[in-house]
Amino acid sequence: MIRDFIGYGISNLRRSGLRSWLTMIGIFIGMASVVALISLGQGLENSINEQFEAIGADKIIVQSKGIFGAPTTEVESLTEKDLKIIENTNGIVDATGYIIDTAKLEFNDIVRYFVLVGIDNEDELIKEIYSYDIEEGRNLKKGEKFKVVLGNDFFKSELFDKKLKLRDTILLNDIEFTIVGFYETVGNQIDDRNVYVSYEVAEDLYDKEGEYSFIFAKAASDTIPEEAAERVEKEIRDDRGLDEGNEDFTVQSAKDLFESFATILNILQIFLIGIAGISLVVGGIGIMNTMYTAVLERTKEIGVMKSIGAKNSDILMIFVIESGILGFVGGVIGVILGVGFSKMVEIIAANAGYSIIKISFPPFLIIGTLIFAFVVGSLSGLIPAYKASKLQPVDALRYE
Amino acid sequence: MAESVIRLEDVWKIYHMDEVSVPALSGMNIDIKKGEFVAVVGPSGSGKSTTMNMIGCLDIPTKGKVFLEHHDISKLSESNLAQIRGKKIGFVFQTFNLIPTLTALDNVMLPMTFQNIPREERLKIAKNLLVKVGLGHRVGHLPSQLSGGEKQRVAIARALSNNPEVILADEPTGNLDSKTGEEIMKMLKGLNKDGKTIVMVTHDTDLTKYAKKVIHIKDGKNIND
Repeated sequence: MIRDFIGYGISNLRRSGLRSWLTMIGIFIGMASVVALISLGQGLENSINEQFEAIGADKIIVQSKGIFGAPTTEVESLTEKDLKIIENTNGIVDATGYIIDTAKLEFNDIVRYFVLVGIDNEDELIKEIYSYDIEEGRNLKKGEKFKVVLGNDFFKSELFDKKLKLRDTILLNDIEFTIVGFYETVGNQIDDRNVYVSYEVAEDLYDKEGEYSFIFAKAASDTIPEEAAERVEKEIRDDRGLDEGNEDFTVQSAKDLFESFATILNILQIFLIGIAGISLVVGGIGIMNTMYTAVLERTKEIGVMKSIGAKNSDILMIFVIESGILGFVGGVIGVILGVGFSKMVEIIAANAGYSIIKISFPPFLIIGTLIFAFVVGSLSGLIPAYKASKLQPVDALRYE
Repeated sequence: MAESVIRLEDVWKIYHMDEVSVPALSGMNIDIKKGEFVAVVGPSGSGKSTTMNMIGCLDIPTKGKVFLEHHDISKLSESNLAQIRGKKIGFVFQTFNLIPTLTALDNVMLPMTFQNIPREERLKIAKNLLVKVGLGHRVGHLPSQLSGGEKQRVAIARALSNNPEVILADEPTGNLDSKTGEEIMKMLKGLNKDGKTIVMVTHDTDLTKYAKKVIHIKDGKNIND
């Protein structure tokens, strides 16, 4: 019986072709946005998790508050003394610091600015965190002067109107450096355009002897990293004579850091899906409107069906199934459009250098969307269908 | 004496329009026996349509009783009534009233669908009935692709699909030319010969020649009484 009603529903929807399509647009726009937003959000979350795993859950990051803040405030930078304090904190097995600053690069008479990272490549902890492989040439040696290793984008793109190659000489902050290596791509354009020198070179270049932009620490395997992070914070605070809450530095475990990313991402996702949800409600009202029209148009048909033996429940089912089909087909188109759209975003992002965005379509998303679309459709058709089922056969037959 | 199939006992139907009460039926008595061919005739406004609705169990009387076989229809729930109506009465309408989106075959199958008859069986019965009314070659056609006479024959096949006791025909030739109308009447006559009870409501007194019994209606009453 259901099979017959589905067939009947489809033939009726085809009869009112344009109206059915217009009704479905309302549903599939909403569905497409939900699918696209969830799959993109999920993809972003996955890539954040990947990065998190690459760095490791046992890492703790210490930084000066002013590093990305307003330049006017005098901020205590992190020093060798801080590094010692961190290294000696209970539960910390290793710590290392590095410098990040802006680099002025000149090559082929073109001047451009990039992010410079001054690191000690031979440090075990740095090796763990910066686990990038070399694509061409070699890595830097500890304290190596006038040598530079560049991100993948310098190798692949013509950032100075031509590609750079090994043994090219470039001016870094007006000093001649030789390129000894290029890293392989890390999946995002920002980091693919980093300039790497040894920590000692960065100290000289920026006059930051014994200073660090960031300190990374590694918690012992038998310690909870978050607790170790709290201890580190306390030690530095005590050393600097600061009150709790007034620290001029931050200490975060890798987990804290990624959790705060994930929270922001979730809030954003809920907000966007909420907006998409509004369009679904509007789509549902569209279905309701169409079904009211259909009931009115087919009043006489309802009377005929009742006279040949249709029960109220049969009529109800016929109209609910019909509106459910509207929702379901809208959902199918929505899923296809949503998947297509997020694929497109992925491709565009990859072309722009952000290959870390990998969308994902978990089966629950596809199946859930289709079920949801059918339910939205059916529910929207419920009131008109109920109205149809309650028509008196004699009144319905008389209707012209 | 043959047993009653449909019986109207002192049936009143009063329509209330604003403050005025308009009686469409005022004490209608009709007894239709198994195997009869009854023509219900009367001028327009005589209460013919309301009588037809009562006989077809499509409407509930304001006063009085309607019996379909032994069931007092006012005591049945809406769903039970629909179920019994679908099984016991086959309708043939003046305007055919086929479902426009369904093929001839699906239209004939529809009453059986509402009786939950398995699909295979429905298909077989519907095909046989369409062959019987001479439309074996038109099963896949939509109503819009059929002529008036063909549509009415599909409607007759549909009316027969649940093998009902009674065929209720409301002006069955009203929308047909006289030749086609005659064919349809002969078909109904043939069905009556095969044992079906036929009730035909019409204003066309010419058609009474096909009937075994004629009931004249005037002012909402059976004036044969």
